[in-house]
Amino acid sequence: MLEEVIPVTPEILSGETAKIKYEGYKFITLSCVEMDANNVEILYHFDRDLQLKHFRLAVPKKTIIPSISPIYMAAFLVENEIQDLFAIRFSGLVIDFNRTLYLEDEIKNTPFCKYTVVESDSREISSPPDFDE
Amino acid sequence: MKRTIIPFGPQHPVLPEPIHLTLTVEDEIITEAVPALGFVHRGLEQLADLRDFRQMVQVVERVCGICSMMHAMCYAQGIEGLMEVEVPPRAKYLRVIWSELHRMHSHLLWLGLFADSFGFESLFMQFWRIREKILNIQEATTGNRIIVSVNVIGGVRKDLSPDQIRWMLSELIEVEQMIMNLGPTLFDDYTVKKRTVDKGILSGEKAMELGTAGPTLRGSGVSQDMRTLGYAALNELDFTPVTEKNGDCWSRCKVRFLETLQSIDLVRQAIARIPNGEINTKVKGRPDGEIIARVEQPRGEVFYYIKANGKKNLDRLRIRTPTFANIPALLTMLPGMWLSDVPVVVLSIDPCISCTER
Amino acid sequence: MFKMTPNILKNFITEKATRLYPYEVKEPYDINRGELVNEIEKCNFCGICAAKCPSQCITVNKKTATWECALFVCVYCGVCVETCPQKCLHQKQTYRKPVREKEIIFMQGEVKAKDTPDGSESS
Ligand code: SF4
Ligand code: SF4
Repeated sequence: MLEEVIPVTPEILSGETAKIKYEGYKFITLSCVEMDANNVEILYHFDRDLQLKHFRLAVPKKTIIPSISPIYMAAFLVENEIQDLFAIRFSGLVIDFNRTLYLEDEIKNTPFCKYTVVESDSREISSPPDFDE
Repeated sequence: MKRTIIPFGPQHPVLPEPIHLTLTVEDEIITEAVPALGFVHRGLEQLADLRDFRQMVQVVERVCGICSMMHAMCYAQGIEGLMEVEVPPRAKYLRVIWSELHRMHSHLLWLGLFADSFGFESLFMQFWRIREKILNIQEATTGNRIIVSVNVIGGVRKDLSPDQIRWMLSELIEVEQMIMNLGPTLFDDYTVKKRTVDKGILSGEKAMELGTAGPTLRGSGVSQDMRTLGYAALNELDFTPVTEKNGDCWSRCKVRFLETLQSIDLVRQAIARIPNGEINTKVKGRPDGEIIARVEQPRGEVFYYIKANGKKNLDRLRIRTPTFANIPALLTMLPGMWLSDVPVVVLSIDPCISCTER
Repeated sequence: MFKMTPNILKNFITEKATRLYPYEVKEPYDINRGELVNEIEKCNFCGICAAKCPSQCITVNKKTATWECALFVCVYCGVCVETCPQKCLHQKQTYRKPVREKEIIFMQGEVKAKDTPDGSESS
């Protein structure tokens, strides 16, 4: 029932986002949905003159996704939130809270996943900003 | 210049709710601000796993106290959209009336707090006295002062009697008069101008780029208001979004002040046109599919993403509240400001932190 | 300058906006959602209120005919009052006074001898 949904992959995400920004869309938010034990889906919502457009990005858990916060600065808060609550990491965040936006340092699991994933070395993942699928 | 780091919040006299800002200052000028959230994170979105979709109405009401009615309305509209329920016209009008009353009381609360943020205590009390009248209307018509809890899926729970409508209209005349009396104080006073004009400037393009919502966006001259989508009965009422050009604290204050008066007008229009009839419909079955619901709250646009799968519990409920969208704007307003202006600028976006963190 | 002065002067002659609370209490409106009471004689322990309550603060046991409500979990939304088929739940107009310890209302009803299977029992 969503109006306009464009499926994207992590590789083309940044390019598509830059394009949509050029077209004059305003960033709204991201919604992360846990699909099953191993997969999540992230919806990127944009708006132009009250018309919505969405990106749908389906990735397995524990993936590192390139952040869109260098393009839309406003995305950093919600990306940090997803990082905290779902087992997804973002690379290249403008402000990286490293899973401490809502959580405490010692929390290693992912509170919003029904099938929780323990991030054993959660403090170390984000140090190399290179991106693997 | 030597840099100093000053923590602002989570407990600060101007903040009703906890948010922390790490301010880097050079001399007295802010150069950088980094927020820290998470002091009131409750995980209400995830409660959708444990409560069925009808009980969630009462849960989303508690995301934010001040705009509880709008949260429930937005959620109910989303579920009604999924289940293809047509809400009776009277219920739509009643929703408009209560939501505009909510906007008024929220803006009056904010106007008071804003006056307090630059130390104008007596103005704060004046605004809160007016707000009390709105709260009385809410209490008398719904049974509770703030968490009015009138929405259900398929309509509303309470009705307005002709007597109540008459009383409400007479109270609103008084409220309008009282608000108008405070206008000159707020906009022509020397001290108020000194503290608000040209503080925390946000240009229109920047505001759009940062995804800002509500009065913060309209204060920068962008006329975007979710009410123009015409949800509930708003498509049958006339209004134009209030905008101000300057994008400073003063403009945002003016937008909210004028919106309070606009809400009174909308309530009057809704009362004039309210049809008779049912106030809710029986809703059978369970929701299935994905939908997006958007409603204009006092602080801006609230965005609900609902994913259901035909079971009793929802798959995912995602709530993007207006303050969440306005925090990035706040971070770009602060650099260049004096440290003493931080409380005014922070309050000018009307931060509602329990909304933000849900 | 002096924009506030007319307002201040007016405040001297208008009535007070505040009340001396414990001595002067505001009249409650008839519609207020206050304290929750159950007329236990009428209750048939169907458990609908417990199933519908969004804060899940009611526990009903049909076998032993008990009805319990955790007062400080209840959010006074009034959903149970609306859905009770026996109309035995009510909300008073006044609110409960503050207390120092958490309380639970425990009500013991009469155990019905025979189990009449009426439609209202499915929750
Ligand atoms: S719904 Fe009414 S009759 Fe049924 S258990 Fe609750 S109080 Fe008793
Ligand atoms: S008033 Fe609401 S929260 Fe309290 S017992 Fe009834 S349904 Fe539950």
